[in-house]
Amino acid sequence: MKKEQDISELERKFQEKIDQDIKIEPKDWMPDNYRKTLIRQISQHAHSEVVGMLPEGNWITRAPNLRRKAVLLAKVQDEAGHGLYLYSATETLGADREDCIDDLHSGKAKYSSIFNYPTLTWADMGAVGWLVDGAAIMNQVPLCRCSYGPYARAMVKVCKEESFHQRQGYEIMMALAAGSVEQKEMAQDALNRFWWPSLMMFGPPDEDSKHTKQSMDWRIKRHSNDELRQMMVDITVPQAEAIGLTIPDADLKWNEEKGGYDYGEIDWDEFWNVVKGNGPCNKDRIDTRRKAKENGAWVREAANAHAEKRKARKLRRAS
Amino acid sequence: MNSLFEYLIRLGDDSLILGHRLSEWCGHGPVLEEDIAMTNISLDLIGQTTSIFEYAGKVEGKGRSEDDIAFLRYQKDYKNLLLVERPNGDFGVTMMRQFLFDAFRKPLFERLVNASDAQLSAIAAKSLKETIYHLRHSSEWIIRLGDGTEESHQRIQDALDELWKYTAEMFVEDEVDESLLADGILPSMKGLKEEWMATVNSVLEQATLTIPTNNWEQHGGRNGKHSEHLGFILTELQYMQRAYPGMEW
Ligand SMILES: [Fe+2]
Ligand SMILES: [Fe+2]
Repeated sequence: MKKEQDISELERKFQEKIDQDIKIEPKDWMPDNYRKTLIRQISQHAHSEVVGMLPEGNWITRAPNLRRKAVLLAKVQDEAGHGLYLYSATETLGADREDCIDDLHSGKAKYSSIFNYPTLTWADMGAVGWLVDGAAIMNQVPLCRCSYGPYARAMVKVCKEESFHQRQGYEIMMALAAGSVEQKEMAQDALNRFWWPSLMMFGPPDEDSKHTKQSMDWRIKRHSNDELRQMMVDITVPQAEAIGLTIPDADLKWNEEKGGYDYGEIDWDEFWNVVKGNGPCNKDRIDTRRKAKENGAWVREAANAHAEKRKARKLRRAS
Repeated sequence: MNSLFEYLIRLGDDSLILGHRLSEWCGHGPVLEEDIAMTNISLDLIGQTTSIFEYAGKVEGKGRSEDDIAFLRYQKDYKNLLLVERPNGDFGVTMMRQFLFDAFRKPLFERLVNASDAQLSAIAAKSLKETIYHLRHSSEWIIRLGDGTEESHQRIQDALDELWKYTAEMFVEDEVDESLLADGILPSMKGLKEEWMATVNSVLEQATLTIPTNNWEQHGGRNGKHSEHLGFILTELQYMQRAYPGMEW
Protein backbone atom coordinates (compact mmCIF):
# COMPACT_ATOMS: atom_id res chain seq x y z
CA MET A 1 0.00 0.00 0.00
CA LYS A 2 1.11 3.50 -0.83
CA LYS A 3 1.81 5.92 1.94
CA GLU A 4 -0.64 8.75 2.39
CA GLN A 5 2.07 11.19 1.42
CA ASP A 6 2.60 9.43 -1.91
CA ILE A 7 -1.10 9.50 -2.63
CA SER A 8 -1.38 13.18 -2.03
CA GLU A 9 1.66 13.71 -4.22
CA LEU A 10 -0.02 11.66 -6.98
CA GLU A 11 -3.21 13.60 -6.56
CA ARG A 12 -1.33 16.86 -6.78
CA LYS A 13 0.34 15.80 -10.02
CA PHE A 14 -2.96 14.51 -11.36
CA GLN A 15 -4.69 17.81 -10.69
CA GLU A 16 -1.76 19.65 -12.24
CA LYS A 17 -2.18 17.72 -15.46
CA ILE A 18 -5.87 18.46 -15.46
CA ASP A 19 -5.26 22.13 -14.90
CA GLN A 20 -2.88 22.17 -17.86
CA ASP A 21 -5.50 20.44 -19.98
CA ILE A 22 -3.35 17.34 -20.42
CA LYS A 23 -5.60 14.34 -21.11
CA ILE A 24 -5.78 11.52 -18.61
CA GLU A 25 -5.31 8.18 -20.34
CA PRO A 26 -6.45 4.70 -19.17
CA LYS A 27 -3.03 3.65 -17.86
CA ASP A 28 -2.38 6.88 -15.95
CA TRP A 29 -2.85 7.04 -12.22
CA MET A 30 -6.16 8.58 -11.22
CA PRO A 31 -8.02 9.01 -7.94
CA ASP A 32 -10.57 6.30 -7.24
CA ASN A 33 -13.36 8.81 -7.17
CA TYR A 34 -12.43 10.23 -10.54
CA ARG A 35 -12.58 6.71 -11.96
CA LYS A 36 -15.90 5.99 -10.26
CA THR A 37 -17.44 9.28 -11.32
CA LEU A 38 -16.43 8.66 -14.91
CA ILE A 39 -17.69 5.08 -14.94
CA ARG A 40 -21.00 6.29 -13.54
CA GLN A 41 -21.30 9.14 -16.01
CA ILE A 42 -20.13 7.30 -19.12
CA SER A 43 -22.21 4.19 -18.47
CA GLN A 44 -25.28 6.36 -17.81
CA HIS A 45 -24.54 8.05 -21.07
CA ALA A 46 -24.22 4.68 -22.83
CA HIS A 47 -27.50 3.49 -21.33
CA SER A 48 -29.19 6.69 -22.52
CA GLU A 49 -28.06 6.03 -26.07
CA VAL A 50 -29.38 2.49 -26.00
CA VAL A 51 -32.66 3.16 -24.19
CA GLY A 52 -33.00 6.20 -26.43
CA MET A 53 -33.28 3.87 -29.43
CA LEU A 54 -36.69 2.73 -28.23
CA PRO A 55 -38.90 5.83 -28.44
CA GLU A 56 -37.67 6.46 -31.98
CA GLY A 57 -37.49 2.82 -32.97
CA ASN A 58 -41.18 2.94 -32.16
CA TRP A 59 -41.88 4.91 -35.37
CA ILE A 60 -39.57 3.29 -37.91
CA THR A 61 -42.21 0.91 -39.25
CA ARG A 62 -44.72 3.78 -39.44
CA ALA A 63 -42.53 6.48 -40.98
CA PRO A 64 -44.57 8.41 -43.55
CA ASN A 65 -42.31 7.95 -46.56
CA LEU A 66 -39.23 6.06 -47.68
CA ARG A 67 -36.81 8.94 -47.22
CA ARG A 68 -37.93 9.66 -43.66
CA LYS A 69 -37.83 5.96 -42.88
CA ALA A 70 -34.24 5.68 -44.10
CA VAL A 71 -33.13 8.77 -42.22
CA LEU A 72 -34.77 7.58 -39.01
CA LEU A 73 -33.21 4.14 -39.38
CA ALA A 74 -29.80 5.71 -39.89
CA LYS A 75 -30.29 7.89 -36.84
CA VAL A 76 -31.33 5.08 -34.53
CA GLN A 77 -28.45 3.01 -35.85
CA ASP A 78 -26.08 5.84 -34.91
CA GLU A 79 -27.43 5.78 -31.37
CA ALA A 80 -26.61 2.08 -31.10
CA GLY A 81 -23.10 2.93 -32.30
CA HIS A 82 -22.83 5.66 -29.65
CA GLY A 83 -23.84 3.10 -27.04
CA LEU A 84 -21.04 0.83 -28.24
CA TYR A 85 -18.29 3.49 -28.16
CA LEU A 86 -19.37 4.55 -24.73
CA TYR A 87 -19.49 1.06 -23.27
CA SER A 88 -15.97 0.62 -24.67
CA ALA A 89 -14.92 3.84 -22.96
CA THR A 90 -16.17 2.49 -19.62
CA GLU A 91 -14.14 -0.66 -20.23
CA THR A 92 -10.96 1.42 -20.48
CA LEU A 93 -11.69 2.34 -16.86
CA GLY A 94 -11.94 -1.29 -15.83
CA ALA A 95 -15.73 -1.58 -15.90
CA ASP A 96 -17.43 -4.55 -17.53
CA ARG A 97 -20.05 -3.89 -20.22
CA GLU A 98 -22.31 -6.72 -19.07
CA ASP A 99 -22.16 -5.60 -15.43
CA CYS A 100 -23.05 -2.08 -16.49
CA ILE A 101 -26.02 -3.39 -18.45
CA ASP A 102 -27.16 -5.49 -15.52
CA ASP A 103 -27.09 -2.36 -13.37
CA LEU A 104 -29.34 -0.68 -15.89
CA HIS A 105 -31.78 -3.56 -15.84
CA SER A 106 -31.86 -3.77 -12.06
CA GLY A 107 -32.58 -0.06 -11.82
CA LYS A 108 -29.29 0.66 -10.06
CA ALA A 109 -27.94 2.67 -12.98
CA LYS A 110 -29.83 5.61 -14.42
CA TYR A 111 -30.30 6.88 -17.96
CA SER A 112 -31.63 10.13 -19.33
CA SER A 113 -35.19 10.57 -18.08
CA ILE A 114 -36.36 12.05 -21.35
CA PHE A 115 -36.65 8.55 -22.79
CA ASN A 116 -39.35 7.72 -20.27
CA TYR A 117 -41.77 9.87 -22.23
CA PRO A 118 -43.79 8.18 -24.99
CA THR A 119 -43.57 9.06 -28.68
CA LEU A 120 -47.21 9.39 -29.68
CA THR A 121 -47.18 10.87 -33.16
CA TRP A 122 -44.85 11.22 -36.11
CA ALA A 123 -44.17 14.80 -35.01
CA ASP A 124 -42.48 13.38 -31.93
CA MET A 125 -39.70 12.17 -34.23
CA GLY A 126 -39.24 15.80 -35.12
CA ALA A 127 -39.42 17.05 -31.55
CA VAL A 128 -37.05 14.38 -30.25
CA GLY A 129 -34.43 15.05 -32.91
CA TRP A 130 -34.71 18.80 -32.64
CA LEU A 131 -34.95 19.15 -28.85
CA VAL A 132 -33.55 15.98 -27.33
CA ASP A 133 -30.61 15.59 -29.67
CA GLY A 134 -30.28 19.37 -29.52
CA ALA A 135 -29.95 19.21 -25.74
CA ALA A 136 -27.59 16.25 -26.05
CA ILE A 137 -25.30 18.33 -28.29
CA MET A 138 -25.35 21.14 -25.77
CA ASN A 139 -24.27 18.67 -23.08
CA GLN A 140 -21.77 16.82 -25.21
CA VAL A 141 -19.86 19.48 -27.11
CA PRO A 142 -18.05 20.54 -23.92
CA LEU A 143 -17.35 16.85 -23.22
CA CYS A 144 -15.16 16.74 -26.34
CA ARG A 145 -12.67 18.59 -24.12
CA CYS A 146 -13.26 16.40 -21.09
CA SER A 147 -10.12 15.51 -19.14
CA TYR A 148 -10.47 11.77 -19.75
CA GLY A 149 -9.00 11.02 -23.19
CA PRO A 150 -11.13 8.07 -24.35
CA TYR A 151 -14.37 9.83 -23.33
CA ALA A 152 -13.34 13.06 -25.02
CA ARG A 153 -12.46 11.24 -28.23
CA ALA A 154 -15.69 9.23 -28.22
CA MET A 155 -17.57 12.51 -27.85
CA VAL A 156 -15.90 14.06 -30.89
CA LYS A 157 -17.23 11.21 -33.02
CA VAL A 158 -20.64 11.27 -31.35
CA CYS A 159 -21.13 15.02 -31.65
CA LYS A 160 -20.68 15.00 -35.42
CA GLU A 161 -23.54 12.54 -35.70
CA GLU A 162 -25.68 14.33 -33.14
CA SER A 163 -25.75 17.45 -35.24
CA PHE A 164 -27.16 15.40 -38.14
CA HIS A 165 -29.77 14.05 -35.71
CA GLN A 166 -30.74 17.50 -34.57
CA ARG A 167 -31.02 18.69 -38.14
CA GLN A 168 -33.19 15.80 -39.31
CA GLY A 169 -35.50 16.43 -36.35
CA TYR A 170 -35.81 20.12 -37.07
CA GLU A 171 -36.39 19.32 -40.74
CA ILE A 172 -39.31 17.08 -39.80
CA MET A 173 -40.77 19.93 -37.74
CA MET A 174 -40.22 22.39 -40.59
CA ALA A 175 -42.11 20.17 -42.99
CA LEU A 176 -44.97 19.77 -40.54
CA ALA A 177 -45.11 23.43 -39.66
CA ALA A 178 -45.34 24.26 -43.35
CA GLY A 179 -47.99 21.62 -43.91
CA SER A 180 -51.71 21.18 -43.37
CA VAL A 181 -53.68 22.25 -40.32
CA GLU A 182 -53.43 18.71 -38.92
CA GLN A 183 -49.70 18.65 -39.43
CA LYS A 184 -49.18 22.01 -37.72
CA GLU A 185 -51.28 20.84 -34.82
CA MET A 186 -49.26 17.67 -34.60
CA ALA A 187 -46.02 19.65 -34.53
CA GLN A 188 -47.24 22.07 -31.87
CA ASP A 189 -48.54 19.23 -29.73
CA ALA A 190 -45.17 17.47 -29.88
CA LEU A 191 -43.38 20.67 -28.92
CA ASN A 192 -45.80 21.15 -26.02
CA ARG A 193 -45.07 17.71 -24.67
CA PHE A 194 -41.30 17.67 -25.19
CA TRP A 195 -40.33 21.24 -24.32
CA TRP A 196 -40.19 20.99 -20.54
CA PRO A 197 -38.75 17.47 -20.36
CA SER A 198 -36.01 18.64 -22.74
CA LEU A 199 -35.08 21.48 -20.41
CA MET A 200 -35.00 18.98 -17.56
CA MET A 201 -32.35 17.01 -19.48
CA PHE A 202 -29.67 19.35 -18.13
CA GLY A 203 -30.34 18.12 -14.64
CA PRO A 204 -31.46 19.86 -11.44
CA PRO A 205 -30.78 23.54 -10.83
CA ASP A 206 -27.20 24.37 -9.84
CA GLU A 207 -28.03 24.88 -6.18
CA ASP A 208 -29.34 21.27 -5.94
CA SER A 209 -26.75 19.56 -8.10
CA LYS A 210 -24.52 17.43 -5.93
CA HIS A 211 -21.94 16.39 -8.55
CA THR A 212 -21.25 19.65 -10.32
CA LYS A 213 -18.43 21.21 -8.27
CA GLN A 214 -16.05 18.23 -8.18
CA SER A 215 -16.76 17.39 -11.84
CA MET A 216 -15.90 20.96 -12.82
CA ASP A 217 -12.59 20.77 -10.92
CA TRP A 218 -11.80 17.55 -12.72
CA ARG A 219 -12.84 19.06 -16.04
CA ILE A 220 -15.35 16.32 -16.65
CA LYS A 221 -17.88 19.07 -16.72
CA ARG A 222 -17.25 22.54 -18.05
CA HIS A 223 -20.55 24.34 -17.63
CA SER A 224 -23.15 24.17 -14.91
CA ASN A 225 -26.59 22.68 -15.53
CA ASP A 226 -28.25 26.10 -15.52
CA GLU A 227 -25.72 27.59 -17.92
CA LEU A 228 -26.34 24.80 -20.41
CA ARG A 229 -30.10 25.10 -19.98
CA GLN A 230 -29.91 28.83 -20.69
CA MET A 231 -27.91 28.14 -23.86
CA MET A 232 -30.54 25.63 -24.97
CA VAL A 233 -33.39 28.08 -24.45
CA ASP A 234 -31.57 30.89 -26.23
CA ILE A 235 -30.80 28.77 -29.25
CA THR A 236 -34.16 27.02 -29.51
CA VAL A 237 -36.63 29.87 -29.08
CA PRO A 238 -35.70 31.59 -32.37
CA GLN A 239 -35.78 28.22 -34.14
CA ALA A 240 -39.35 27.70 -32.98
CA GLU A 241 -40.29 31.21 -34.03
CA ALA A 242 -38.74 30.73 -37.44
CA ILE A 243 -41.20 27.97 -38.26
CA GLY A 244 -44.18 29.50 -36.53
CA LEU A 245 -44.38 27.23 -33.48
CA THR A 246 -45.03 28.53 -29.98
CA ILE A 247 -42.88 27.59 -26.98
CA PRO A 248 -45.36 26.47 -24.30
CA ASP A 249 -44.14 28.92 -21.66
CA ALA A 250 -46.21 32.00 -20.80
CA ASP A 251 -43.29 33.48 -18.85
CA LEU A 252 -40.82 33.30 -21.69
CA LYS A 253 -39.41 36.77 -22.32
CA TRP A 254 -36.27 38.26 -23.83
CA ASN A 255 -34.11 39.84 -21.17
CA GLU A 256 -32.05 42.56 -22.77
CA GLU A 257 -29.82 42.96 -19.75
CA LYS A 258 -28.60 39.38 -19.59
CA GLY A 259 -28.78 38.93 -23.35
CA GLY A 260 -30.89 35.81 -22.99
CA TYR A 261 -34.41 34.64 -22.38
CA ASP A 262 -36.08 34.45 -19.00
CA TYR A 263 -38.15 31.35 -18.80
CA GLY A 264 -40.79 29.93 -16.50
CA GLU A 265 -40.55 27.63 -13.51
CA ILE A 266 -39.59 24.04 -14.30
CA ASP A 267 -41.70 21.40 -12.57
CA TRP A 268 -38.95 19.68 -10.63
CA ASP A 269 -41.46 17.40 -8.89
CA GLU A 270 -42.22 15.89 -12.25
CA PHE A 271 -38.49 15.52 -12.94
CA TRP A 272 -37.76 13.71 -9.66
CA ASN A 273 -40.79 11.50 -10.09
CA VAL A 274 -39.64 10.35 -13.50
CA VAL A 275 -36.10 9.83 -12.18
CA LYS A 276 -37.53 7.71 -9.37
CA GLY A 277 -39.29 5.48 -11.88
CA ASN A 278 -42.72 7.04 -12.09
CA GLY A 279 -42.51 8.34 -15.64
CA PRO A 280 -45.00 7.21 -18.26
CA CYS A 281 -42.64 4.63 -19.81
CA ASN A 282 -39.93 3.75 -17.26
CA LYS A 283 -41.10 0.21 -16.74
CA ASP A 284 -41.76 -0.43 -20.43
CA ARG A 285 -38.32 0.78 -21.44
CA ILE A 286 -36.44 -1.36 -18.94
CA ASP A 287 -38.67 -4.38 -19.54
CA THR A 288 -37.97 -4.08 -23.25
CA ARG A 289 -34.23 -3.92 -22.76
CA ARG A 290 -34.27 -6.77 -20.26
CA LYS A 291 -36.35 -8.91 -22.61
CA ALA A 292 -33.94 -8.20 -25.48
CA LYS A 293 -31.10 -9.43 -23.30
CA GLU A 294 -32.98 -12.51 -22.10
CA ASN A 295 -34.21 -13.45 -25.57
CA GLY A 296 -30.71 -13.04 -26.92
CA ALA A 297 -28.99 -15.17 -24.28
CA TRP A 298 -29.04 -18.34 -26.37
CA VAL A 299 -27.58 -16.43 -29.33
CA ARG A 300 -24.67 -15.08 -27.30
CA GLU A 301 -24.06 -18.51 -25.77
CA ALA A 302 -24.05 -20.07 -29.23
CA ALA A 303 -21.58 -17.50 -30.53
CA ASN A 304 -19.25 -18.19 -27.62
CA ALA A 305 -19.59 -21.95 -27.95
CA HIS A 306 -18.89 -21.76 -31.66
CA ALA A 307 -15.82 -19.59 -31.14
CA GLU A 308 -14.52 -22.11 -28.59
CA LYS A 309 -15.09 -25.00 -30.98
CA ARG A 310 -13.21 -23.23 -33.73
CA LYS A 311 -10.32 -22.46 -31.45
CA ALA A 312 -10.15 -26.10 -30.34
CA ARG A 313 -10.26 -27.33 -33.94
CA LYS A 314 -7.47 -24.97 -34.93
CA LEU A 315 -5.32 -26.16 -32.05
CA ARG A 316 -5.96 -29.77 -32.96
CA ARG A 317 -4.96 -29.13 -36.55
CA ALA A 318 -1.83 -27.31 -35.46
CA SER A 319 -0.65 -30.12 -33.16
CA MET B 1 -49.69 -5.57 -68.41
CA ASN B 2 -46.26 -3.98 -68.47
CA SER B 3 -43.88 -6.82 -67.69
CA LEU B 4 -40.93 -4.65 -66.71
CA PHE B 5 -43.11 -2.71 -64.29
CA GLU B 6 -44.43 -5.93 -62.81
CA TYR B 7 -40.91 -7.32 -62.49
CA LEU B 8 -39.70 -4.19 -60.70
CA ILE B 9 -42.65 -4.35 -58.33
CA ARG B 10 -41.72 -7.90 -57.36
CA LEU B 11 -38.08 -6.97 -56.89
CA GLY B 12 -38.91 -3.84 -54.91
CA ASP B 13 -41.54 -5.47 -52.74
CA ASP B 14 -39.06 -8.13 -51.62
CA SER B 15 -36.72 -5.37 -50.47
CA LEU B 16 -39.47 -3.29 -48.91
CA ILE B 17 -41.14 -6.02 -46.90
CA LEU B 18 -37.92 -7.65 -45.70
CA GLY B 19 -36.54 -4.21 -44.84
CA HIS B 20 -39.68 -3.59 -42.82
CA ARG B 21 -39.36 -6.89 -40.98
CA LEU B 22 -35.71 -6.26 -40.11
CA SER B 23 -36.49 -2.78 -38.89
CA GLU B 24 -38.85 -4.30 -36.34
CA TRP B 25 -35.74 -5.60 -34.57
CA CYS B 26 -34.36 -2.14 -33.92
CA GLY B 27 -33.66 -1.88 -30.18
CA HIS B 28 -34.48 -5.53 -29.51
CA GLY B 29 -31.43 -7.36 -30.89
CA PRO B 30 -29.48 -10.01 -28.96
CA VAL B 31 -26.40 -7.75 -28.83
CA LEU B 32 -25.88 -4.12 -29.75
CA GLU B 33 -23.66 -5.12 -32.66
CA GLU B 34 -26.59 -6.99 -34.19
CA ASP B 35 -28.93 -4.04 -33.70
CA ILE B 36 -26.46 -2.13 -35.81
CA ALA B 37 -26.05 -4.88 -38.40
CA MET B 38 -29.77 -5.51 -38.84
CA THR B 39 -30.56 -1.81 -39.08
CA ASN B 40 -27.82 -1.50 -41.63
CA ILE B 41 -29.25 -4.28 -43.78
CA SER B 42 -32.71 -2.81 -43.39
CA LEU B 43 -31.36 0.56 -44.55
CA ASP B 44 -29.81 -1.06 -47.63
CA LEU B 45 -33.11 -2.74 -48.43
CA ILE B 46 -35.10 0.47 -48.03
CA GLY B 47 -32.55 2.20 -50.27
CA GLN B 48 -33.01 -0.51 -52.90
CA THR B 49 -36.77 -0.13 -52.63
CA THR B 50 -36.46 3.58 -53.27
CA SER B 51 -34.41 3.26 -56.45
CA ILE B 52 -36.42 0.33 -57.76
CA PHE B 53 -39.79 2.06 -57.26
CA GLU B 54 -38.51 5.36 -58.58
CA TYR B 55 -37.70 3.53 -61.76
CA ALA B 56 -40.93 1.52 -61.70
CA GLY B 57 -42.86 4.81 -61.58
CA LYS B 58 -41.05 6.01 -64.69
CA VAL B 59 -41.61 2.74 -66.50
CA GLU B 60 -45.29 2.85 -65.68
CA GLY B 61 -45.57 6.44 -66.85
CA LYS B 62 -48.57 7.40 -64.74
CA GLY B 63 -46.71 9.86 -62.58
CA ARG B 64 -46.56 7.70 -59.48
CA SER B 65 -43.66 8.40 -57.12
CA GLU B 66 -41.66 5.76 -55.24
CA ASP B 67 -43.71 6.59 -52.15
CA ASP B 68 -47.03 6.22 -53.97
CA ILE B 69 -45.94 2.77 -55.03
CA ALA B 70 -44.50 1.75 -51.67
CA PHE B 71 -47.35 3.03 -49.52
CA LEU B 72 -50.50 3.28 -51.56
CA ARG B 73 -51.39 -0.09 -52.96
CA TYR B 74 -53.82 -2.70 -51.72
CA GLN B 75 -52.55 -5.96 -50.31
CA LYS B 76 -53.17 -8.03 -53.44
CA ASP B 77 -51.01 -5.62 -55.45
CA TYR B 78 -47.93 -6.33 -53.35
CA LYS B 79 -45.90 -9.06 -55.06
CA ASN B 80 -43.23 -9.99 -52.55
CA LEU B 81 -42.24 -13.57 -51.75
CA LEU B 82 -44.13 -15.17 -48.89
CA LEU B 83 -40.73 -15.83 -47.33
CA VAL B 84 -39.99 -12.17 -46.61
CA GLU B 85 -43.31 -11.50 -44.89
CA ARG B 86 -42.77 -14.34 -42.40
CA PRO B 87 -42.73 -13.02 -38.84
CA ASN B 88 -39.32 -12.40 -37.27
CA GLY B 89 -39.71 -15.21 -34.74
CA ASP B 90 -36.52 -15.61 -32.73
CA PHE B 91 -33.15 -14.40 -33.99
CA GLY B 92 -32.63 -17.81 -35.60
CA VAL B 93 -35.76 -17.52 -37.75
CA THR B 94 -34.77 -14.01 -38.77
CA MET B 95 -31.26 -15.07 -39.76
CA MET B 96 -32.45 -18.18 -41.60
CA ARG B 97 -35.00 -16.12 -43.55
CA GLN B 98 -32.23 -13.66 -44.34
CA PHE B 99 -29.75 -16.33 -45.38
CA LEU B 100 -32.16 -18.17 -47.70
CA PHE B 101 -33.05 -14.84 -49.28
CA ASP B 102 -29.50 -13.43 -49.54
CA ALA B 103 -28.27 -16.68 -51.11
CA PHE B 104 -30.91 -16.11 -53.81
CA ARG B 105 -30.44 -12.38 -54.22
CA LYS B 106 -26.69 -12.53 -54.79
CA PRO B 107 -26.76 -14.70 -57.92
CA LEU B 108 -29.90 -12.87 -59.04
CA PHE B 109 -28.22 -9.46 -58.92
CA GLU B 110 -25.10 -10.95 -60.53
CA ARG B 111 -27.30 -11.80 -63.50
CA LEU B 112 -29.28 -8.57 -63.47
CA VAL B 113 -26.06 -6.58 -63.70
CA ASN B 114 -26.00 -7.85 -67.30
CA ALA B 115 -29.54 -6.71 -68.04
CA SER B 116 -29.72 -4.77 -71.30
CA ASP B 117 -31.84 -2.22 -69.47
CA ALA B 118 -29.24 0.25 -68.18
CA GLN B 119 -31.27 1.44 -65.22
CA LEU B 120 -31.99 -2.07 -63.98
CA SER B 121 -28.35 -3.00 -64.45
CA ALA B 122 -27.22 -0.01 -62.37
CA ILE B 123 -29.66 -0.83 -59.58
CA ALA B 124 -28.44 -4.43 -59.59
CA ALA B 125 -24.77 -3.40 -59.45
CA LYS B 126 -25.30 -1.28 -56.35
CA SER B 127 -27.55 -3.86 -54.69
CA LEU B 128 -25.10 -6.65 -55.43
CA LYS B 129 -22.37 -4.98 -53.38
CA GLU B 130 -24.76 -4.71 -50.46
CA THR B 131 -26.05 -8.25 -50.85
CA ILE B 132 -22.56 -9.75 -50.77
CA TYR B 133 -22.13 -8.24 -47.33
CA HIS B 134 -25.63 -9.35 -46.22
CA LEU B 135 -24.95 -12.91 -47.33
CA ARG B 136 -21.65 -13.04 -45.50
CA HIS B 137 -23.32 -11.78 -42.34
CA SER B 138 -26.26 -14.19 -42.47
CA SER B 139 -24.09 -17.18 -43.46
CA GLU B 140 -21.80 -16.59 -40.51
CA TRP B 141 -24.74 -16.57 -38.15
CA ILE B 142 -26.22 -19.75 -39.61
CA ILE B 143 -22.89 -21.50 -39.04
CA ARG B 144 -22.45 -20.08 -35.54
CA LEU B 145 -25.96 -21.01 -34.48
CA GLY B 146 -25.94 -24.42 -36.15
CA ASP B 147 -22.54 -25.33 -34.79
CA GLY B 148 -22.99 -23.56 -31.47
CA THR B 149 -24.87 -25.05 -28.54
CA GLU B 150 -27.43 -27.83 -28.54
CA GLU B 151 -30.18 -25.29 -28.03
CA SER B 152 -29.05 -23.01 -30.84
CA HIS B 153 -28.66 -25.98 -33.16
CA GLN B 154 -32.22 -27.08 -32.46
CA ARG B 155 -33.61 -23.57 -32.87
CA ILE B 156 -31.90 -22.91 -36.18
CA GLN B 157 -32.85 -26.34 -37.49
CA ASP B 158 -36.47 -25.56 -36.54
CA ALA B 159 -36.18 -22.27 -38.40
CA LEU B 160 -34.95 -24.06 -41.51
CA ASP B 161 -37.79 -26.60 -41.25
CA GLU B 162 -40.31 -23.77 -40.92
CA LEU B 163 -39.04 -21.68 -43.83
CA TRP B 164 -37.98 -24.29 -46.35
CA LYS B 165 -41.33 -24.53 -48.10
CA TYR B 166 -41.22 -20.83 -48.97
CA THR B 167 -37.98 -21.06 -50.94
CA ALA B 168 -39.33 -22.65 -54.14
CA GLU B 169 -41.26 -19.47 -54.95
CA MET B 170 -38.00 -17.64 -55.57
CA PHE B 171 -37.36 -19.64 -58.73
CA VAL B 172 -40.73 -19.63 -60.43
CA GLU B 173 -40.62 -18.12 -63.89
CA ASP B 174 -44.01 -17.04 -65.20
CA GLU B 175 -45.22 -15.00 -68.16
CA VAL B 176 -43.65 -11.84 -66.71
CA ASP B 177 -40.17 -13.32 -66.70
CA GLU B 178 -40.75 -15.10 -70.00
CA SER B 179 -41.78 -11.97 -71.86
CA LEU B 180 -38.81 -10.00 -70.47
CA LEU B 181 -36.48 -12.82 -71.43
CA ALA B 182 -37.99 -13.03 -74.88
CA ASP B 183 -37.58 -9.27 -75.37
CA GLY B 184 -33.99 -9.52 -74.23
CA ILE B 185 -34.59 -7.13 -71.32
CA LEU B 186 -33.70 -9.74 -68.72
CA PRO B 187 -30.55 -11.81 -69.11
CA SER B 188 -30.84 -15.57 -68.84
CA MET B 189 -31.43 -16.85 -65.33
CA LYS B 190 -29.84 -20.17 -66.16
CA GLY B 191 -28.16 -21.84 -63.20
CA LEU B 192 -29.74 -19.47 -60.66
CA LYS B 193 -31.34 -22.18 -58.58
CA GLU B 194 -28.28 -24.42 -58.78
CA GLU B 195 -26.06 -21.63 -57.53
CA TRP B 196 -28.46 -20.92 -54.69
CA MET B 197 -28.56 -24.59 -53.81
CA ALA B 198 -24.76 -24.80 -53.78
CA THR B 199 -24.51 -21.88 -51.34
CA VAL B 200 -27.23 -23.34 -49.16
CA ASN B 201 -25.62 -26.78 -49.13
CA SER B 202 -22.19 -25.46 -48.29
CA VAL B 203 -23.38 -23.23 -45.42
CA LEU B 204 -25.79 -25.78 -43.99
CA GLU B 205 -23.08 -28.40 -44.04
CA GLN B 206 -20.71 -26.18 -42.06
CA ALA B 207 -23.61 -25.45 -39.73
CA THR B 208 -24.32 -29.19 -39.36
CA LEU B 209 -27.94 -28.63 -40.40
CA THR B 210 -30.17 -30.90 -42.45
CA ILE B 211 -32.46 -29.91 -45.29
CA PRO B 212 -36.01 -31.05 -44.44
CA THR B 213 -37.32 -34.00 -46.40
CA ASN B 214 -40.76 -32.46 -46.81
CA ASN B 215 -40.68 -30.90 -50.27
CA TRP B 216 -44.00 -29.11 -50.11
CA GLU B 217 -43.82 -25.76 -51.91
CA GLN B 218 -45.86 -22.83 -50.68
CA HIS B 219 -46.50 -20.27 -53.41
CA GLY B 220 -48.66 -17.16 -53.62
CA GLY B 221 -46.80 -13.92 -52.94
CA ARG B 222 -45.70 -13.31 -56.53
CA ASN B 223 -49.34 -13.35 -57.58
CA GLY B 224 -50.56 -11.24 -54.68
CA LYS B 225 -51.95 -14.14 -52.67
CA HIS B 226 -50.38 -13.46 -49.32
CA SER B 227 -50.36 -14.87 -45.82
CA GLU B 228 -52.33 -13.19 -43.05
CA HIS B 229 -49.16 -11.45 -41.94
CA LEU B 230 -48.86 -8.98 -44.79
CA GLY B 231 -52.05 -7.16 -43.84
CA PHE B 232 -50.57 -6.21 -40.49
CA ILE B 233 -47.30 -5.14 -42.04
CA LEU B 234 -49.22 -2.86 -44.39
CA THR B 235 -51.33 -1.50 -41.57
CA GLU B 236 -48.20 -0.12 -39.96
CA LEU B 237 -46.37 0.73 -43.15
CA GLN B 238 -49.29 2.68 -44.60
CA TYR B 239 -50.62 4.17 -41.40
CA MET B 240 -49.48 7.75 -41.95
CA GLN B 241 -50.26 7.83 -45.67
CA ARG B 242 -53.74 6.46 -45.06
CA ALA B 243 -54.52 8.58 -42.00
CA TYR B 244 -53.23 11.82 -43.56
CA PRO B 245 -53.79 11.40 -47.29
CA GLY B 246 -51.91 13.51 -49.77
CA MET B 247 -49.61 15.34 -47.39
CA GLU B 248 -45.93 16.15 -47.67
CA TRP B 249 -43.63 14.93 -44.92
FE1 LIG C 1 -26.47 9.63 -29.51
FE1 LIG D 1 -28.64 11.37 -31.33
